[in-house]
Amino acid sequence: MTTSPTPDARPLDLAALSVGDELSRAVHTLDRDALVRYAGASGDFNPIHYNDAVAEQAGLPGVIAHGMLTMGTAITGLLEAVGDPTLVTAYSTRFTGMVPVPATGEVALEVVATVGAIDESAGTARVDLAAVVDGEKVLGRARATLALPRRTQDAEADAAGAA
Amino acid sequence: MIGGTASVGPRADPTSGDTVTTSPDPAFAGRTYPAGPVHTVSAAKIVEFARATGAPSPLHTDPEAARAAGHADVVAPPTLLVSLAQATEALYVEDRAAGIDFARVVHGEESFSLHLPVVAGDRLVPTLSFESVRAAGGHAMVTTRVDLADEDGAEVAAVRSMLVVRGD
Repeated sequence: MTTSPTPDARPLDLAALSVGDELSRAVHTLDRDALVRYAGASGDFNPIHYNDAVAEQAGLPGVIAHGMLTMGTAITGLLEAVGDPTLVTAYSTRFTGMVPVPATGEVALEVVATVGAIDESAGTARVDLAAVVDGEKVLGRARATLALPRRTQDAEADAAGAA
Repeated sequence: MIGGTASVGPRADPTSGDTVTTSPDPAFAGRTYPAGPVHTVSAAKIVEFARATGAPSPLHTDPEAARAAGHADVVAPPTLLVSLAQATEALYVEDRAAGIDFARVVHGEESFSLHLPVVAGDRLVPTLSFESVRAAGGHAMVTTRVDLADEDGAEVAAVRSMLVVRGD
């Protein structure tokens, strides 16, 4: 489940981004049900993600979330902000902290997406994701590439030139 | 993580009885496997995966919305291809000569390069390569890449995965 602060009425203008812009801020809750659902959807049935005894035998504190569930969930705030998911042309991360998920209750994955860089000639923006559970960073160097639309004034200049 | 039981310690190969080593073979760096079988992207899996990760766009779950946006069918969220990539990486697990004990494996990094939207019904050909096998601090870091192409050979996406194999 995801909750986001009430968005600004102004929709995100991808043609006018600046480095440092915060694109999304969201809290995603992860519980055992979410891990089971992700195991089914992804085909990753590693029992450390649903069986405490197996997780503990493997040296873990208990069941932990799939790294890929954390990665897949962490980008969804940005996806909501940009609308069209196909604008994400790259996404990468390191897994820096495991996410134990208790048998009852839930944990909160807090994610903030910020414009880290803009490449005008490539027409892309790098968006950096900060993902934290209980104050601990769980994803390192998590970044997505967004394909940006042409800037409005460039598109208008092209149209005028072609007229 | 790649599927498989999380058994602890060295395991006997079920066929030969030999003990599986815990050291990935550095000679595997640079190796490319033959292309895997064609995989058809599933609409049902796209919907499940979008729901499981909380991906909000109707393009993932509503074929009419996806078609209105110019796609043939529902569109995959950005990390969906991990399932196909890991199934292809499993070829490595079954290649015993490579020497990986999956009880010692921790997922280190993952990256997706998405050249084209991935849409239900797409037929993708996966090819696995080893980008590197390196050692640091008593552990081994194995980076694989799965390239996904359409049946005409056009690149659709690449998924890179770095696994840390903990040393003794």
